[in-house]
Amino acid sequence: MEIIYSMMTLTLIFSTPIIITAIGGMFSERSGVVNIALEGIMMVGGFSAATAIVFLERSTSLAPWIALLVGIIAGTLISVIHAYLSINLGAEQVISGTAINLLAGGLTVYLSQIIFGQQRTQSFQGGFIKTTYKGLSDIPIIGRIFFENIYPTVYIALILVVVSWYVLYKTPFGLRLRATGEHPHAVDSMGISVYKMRYIGVLLSGALAGLGGAVMVLTFDTQYTIGSIHGVGFIALASLIFGKWKPLGVLGASLFFGFSQILSVYSTDFVLLAKFPQEFFKILPYVLTILALLVFSGSSVGPKAAGEPYDKGKR
Amino acid sequence: MRKIYEYILDEKNHHFVIPAVSIILGFLVGSIIMILSGLNPLDMFSSMLRGVLGINLKRIGTGKAIFNSRYLGEYFVFAMPIILTGLSVAFAFRTGLFNIGAEGQMMVGSFASVAVGILVPLPPVLLLPLVILAGILAGALWGFVPGILKAKYNVHEVVVTIMMNYIALFMTNYYLKKLPGSTNAKTVELVKGATLKSDFLSDITNHSRLHWGFIIVILAVFSFWYIIEKTTFGYELKAVGYNPSAAKYAGIKVNSRAALSMVIAGAYSGLAGTILAIGTFGYGRVLPHAEGYGFTGIAVALVGGNTAVGSLLGGLLFGSLNAAQPIMQSTGIPKDIAVIISSMIVLFIAMQTGIKMLLKRLKGGK
Repeated sequence: MEIIYSMMTLTLIFSTPIIITAIGGMFSERSGVVNIALEGIMMVGGFSAATAIVFLERSTSLAPWIALLVGIIAGTLISVIHAYLSINLGAEQVISGTAINLLAGGLTVYLSQIIFGQQRTQSFQGGFIKTTYKGLSDIPIIGRIFFENIYPTVYIALILVVVSWYVLYKTPFGLRLRATGEHPHAVDSMGISVYKMRYIGVLLSGALAGLGGAVMVLTFDTQYTIGSIHGVGFIALASLIFGKWKPLGVLGASLFFGFSQILSVYSTDFVLLAKFPQEFFKILPYVLTILALLVFSGSSVGPKAAGEPYDKGKR
Repeated sequence: MRKIYEYILDEKNHHFVIPAVSIILGFLVGSIIMILSGLNPLDMFSSMLRGVLGINLKRIGTGKAIFNSRYLGEYFVFAMPIILTGLSVAFAFRTGLFNIGAEGQMMVGSFASVAVGILVPLPPVLLLPLVILAGILAGALWGFVPGILKAKYNVHEVVVTIMMNYIALFMTNYYLKKLPGSTNAKTVELVKGATLKSDFLSDITNHSRLHWGFIIVILAVFSFWYIIEKTTFGYELKAVGYNPSAAKYAGIKVNSRAALSMVIAGAYSGLAGTILAIGTFGYGRVLPHAEGYGFTGIAVALVGGNTAVGSLLGGLLFGSLNAAQPIMQSTGIPKDIAVIISSMIVLFIAMQTGIKMLLKRLKGGK
């Protein structure tokens, strides 16, 4: 039973950056802009947060939180490129996203060398630490899973899911955003700016992917390297699709993908799993996503206008 | 001067002008970034000159040899795989498909070639063609999956190829380590007969890693040109790329063409993996993460306007950036400036509607 509890806690921890980033991607795609740059934006967010904490950790105990904020700002700034190209210039969104992924790898390592004189940031000690919340951890079952040896960032992700569900389905803004991704011309005819809605969508995705990257570096790492994000941005993209572009679906898919990564750590503890190589669990999210796409293929579930530049004159 | 101005503004020349403008802007942004971080961009260009032609400007007047042919050989070693991944991405683009999976197709190509080279006991005359064929087929298979999913179920190829990249990475790493004699980092060396290595080519280029792969690359460029420009099949592919509805109306089987185009694109990338494994290295490598050849291929294809010759030239351009990287790093310039410049060039090409609008405005204002 011990092992089950700690596995569930670890699943939450590993899923946190996936959830945050995938929710970000959801806002962008729901507004009609495909964002495969999530990975690159996470790298920028992670690098900026790591740099911020290296300089701040000695002067303030709030350093990790400020670093998260820096990650959010940096992610938002880099996503402006994607927004401008996709929305104003009608660029091929996949190419723009690819370019940003490339750019992020080059830029973060380049800046590391300029700032720290090495191909990674300096290491820091003041990242987030696992905490047990006295009192709350005594609640049976729930306390063990949610309040023992856990990072505070997990709660950010969970709150984000609830808030984004509310925003998307219960506010006029959410209705407009969803409509922009489905029928931009209808939205335009109601006097709402398609451009504005899409900018909000893309910038939100940048902010959240930046946050996701920052969380990842500040919880799993002691410095930013080129391998810090190692494809989690693409797993977030996968869980966005697997979760059918819906907040709760994304939560479920992210938890599942987080869990499949944990399994590789624990596989030696279970006779049934020990037979599978580590790589099996690493491949799982990607294979499942392809299968999910296959299953969904009959019914169109993604935003209808995603990927298409908005053309006022088109019918 | 006026003629140049008119040439640039003429829409007929945009297929050439836009990549050229993008390249210039890319290097410009890179240079500005270098200046802002206190470095001299001229050092980068002299590194590129040294990386490509082997001419070391800093040695002029010192009495030491200015020219070193080893750099020239290594330059082609850098350019070869990205010419092939460029062809791969370009081929899929011609049918309107985006092949982000060159990276993964390359890894399975490398793996298949190495596995055949190690496991199959045959005399070199038979083994080498089989090793190359294995790489091509493995890449083609990796392209077939997104191709058939697109054709049969209309699943978007971009997401599938991204996922296939990671599947390729982890799967090939697992099986490479299982091959007899492998360590955690690489396999055993292939027998010389199963590789493209050449003492002759190495000797004439001052012991570079130059290998016979360049003949394969030339053949690949030619095959691309031939398929696209000279065959009915190529014509159908282009028709599908221009306008799928019109192609369908004209009786072209749009879906099967799309699937086949991904298969051929995969084959080119598989071949890129093959020449990297049996030409440059001569053994299989366990990779911690993707090496970026596939992503550079996207840049190569875009710069080359998705043509055969364009990919060749694009590969030589980005090859020069790659070849300059080790030299830059050793002279105190972070080598990642090359990645920044490549990505900026792709960004500017993605902005081509914007550049076109700008050119139009210049024309109108004249």
